[in-house]
Amino acid sequence: MKINDLFQETFSAINSNKARSGLTILGIVIGIGSVIAMISIGQGAQNSIQASIQSIGSNLVLVMPGFQSGVGTQVSSGRGSAQTLTQADADAIKTDILFAKAVAPEISRRYQVTAKSRNTNTQVVGTVAAYPEVRNVQIDTGSFISDQNVSSLSKVAVLGPTTRDDLFGSSTEAIGQTIRINKVNFKIIGITKTKGGTGFGSQDDMIFVPLSTAQRFLAGNTYVTTISVEADNQNDMATIQQQITDLLLQRHNISNVQLADFQVLNQQDIAQTASSVTNTLAILLASIAGISLIVGGIGIMNMMLTTVTERTREIGLRKAIGAKKKDISLQFLSESVMLTFLGGLFGVFLGWILAFCVTQFAGIATKVSLSSVLLAFGVSAAIGIIFGYYPARRAANLNPIEALRYE
Amino acid sequence: MIECKNITKIYKSGSVETTALKNVSFKITDGEFVAIMGPSGSGKSTLMHILGCLDTPTNGSYSLDNQDVAKMSDDELADIRKNKIGFVFQSFNLLPRATVLRNVALPLVYAGIPRAQREEKAKQVLLSAGLTKDWDHLSNQLSGGQMQRVAIARALITNPAIVLADEPTGNLDTKTGEIVLDTFQQLNTKEKRTIVLITHERYVAEHASRILHILDGEIVEDEKNIQRRILNHKS
Repeated sequence: MKINDLFQETFSAINSNKARSGLTILGIVIGIGSVIAMISIGQGAQNSIQASIQSIGSNLVLVMPGFQSGVGTQVSSGRGSAQTLTQADADAIKTDILFAKAVAPEISRRYQVTAKSRNTNTQVVGTVAAYPEVRNVQIDTGSFISDQNVSSLSKVAVLGPTTRDDLFGSSTEAIGQTIRINKVNFKIIGITKTKGGTGFGSQDDMIFVPLSTAQRFLAGNTYVTTISVEADNQNDMATIQQQITDLLLQRHNISNVQLADFQVLNQQDIAQTASSVTNTLAILLASIAGISLIVGGIGIMNMMLTTVTERTREIGLRKAIGAKKKDISLQFLSESVMLTFLGGLFGVFLGWILAFCVTQFAGIATKVSLSSVLLAFGVSAAIGIIFGYYPARRAANLNPIEALRYE
Repeated sequence: MIECKNITKIYKSGSVETTALKNVSFKITDGEFVAIMGPSGSGKSTLMHILGCLDTPTNGSYSLDNQDVAKMSDDELADIRKNKIGFVFQSFNLLPRATVLRNVALPLVYAGIPRAQREEKAKQVLLSAGLTKDWDHLSNQLSGGQMQRVAIARALITNPAIVLADEPTGNLDTKTGEIVLDTFQQLNTKEKRTIVLITHERYVAEHASRILHILDGEIVEDEKNIQRRILNHKS
């Protein structure tokens, strides 16, 4: 039997029972469509999380203090709370680590901030001029803190857009006005661009002041809470991470890495952790959708079994005029594969529309990738073969005499 | 040329054995028109299945064109059916949603013949089966007599050594039945085709030139039908 004859037989068989074929295909369409849509939601979530990680800066290595554990006490205050990193550590990283493109130490703490009649509680970050480059902060109006501001302990402040809105309202000109942080007056010299991200830890709800000013007037010491280091490129990040660890171990006179009083985080590690979470989400969503695909496959099998029974006499006749087992099983197998293939085709289309609607109406980022489309096609063809195999074999193994007598 | 020697067929159903054919032996030479006649349950259907290579005998040998088919595998039997045997059934067994032409050409699909050639051949055999028009009609739109002639054309398309007709007039009224029998006689006399007709009716069997009587699985009489009914319809 030739391939084009096989196609003709398949086509006319599917065509002759349009309603039933259509409903069976619909099962696969829904299955494939929901798999595509679910994977697109998972991948969209992954992309937006990756993007927000990228937005805190690119090729970033963060140095943070380790545990604070006092002598003779079991109580730990948690990571990052210890006061073990100093301005001097940041300077040493800047001079000794060759691959470090820029280094921005910072001291941050929450303070009550007042301006004329309003007040708010927000994160105040004392930092240096390199910070915008390292942490991907852009200035909307005015200017950021300069090296001059840092060396002269200027009492100037740069506001995030959310903080500006909270203190002055969005319409008022904030630059040149004065705010009070911890009973010290600061003059506003700039507003940063909005970065997106909401809620706790928003990059827009912040006040930047010179590091030296923060240390002298707000914190009262020379410790820093984070040192952000920007690597030259992505490949050097692991090297930089190791070099910083070695340098600080030496500076802090610690010989055992396990006892280090600081930690060095690589942005890639953070991204990987986040993406493993979204991967799990994507797999969860896809497997729920996969169940509907299996149900669709059972629908195919059900239809094929009915078809084989209905066409028993036809199978008997085909065998009588010389069709071999292989011919019969190929015919029915190609019918089920054709059904799932059509289902896959429309399913990809439906999934695309679903993903679009989810983005449009629910505001969730989605991404239909080529790999998920290929996966859907592969899966639908596999379903056709798997669920079509049993009915096809049943048809092929029919006894021609009994098949011809079948009423 | 068909040669059956001591063919026995035993059906087993659990521990019960039923003997459908007992030591059946006969020869049919090329160009004969033979009727196998017997009442229901006489074993004539079993004999037809064996002659049509749809089944194999339990014992004995069956050779078709000097080829022993008694011990062949399913796929080898399928090849024999494809190349040497044409079937005509009581209930026609046409594909209902296919055209006349496609129905007739169907056996050639399994022989791997290209479509254009198939259709050309189909037109030839439709003419010799006495169907000159309505070739593009769906087969379920035809009358019974037309359907059976489509089925005869389908049986002829592979140019088989024998045409096996199992009660071909059973579903037809007397007049259309005669037209079908006439078609068989024409094929036999004009095209020298070997025809084996299975029937339980004496009247139908009398259209053949030789009648094999079968009863309880045995050939009881081999009758040369001297007073043969000759039909000569103008169709």
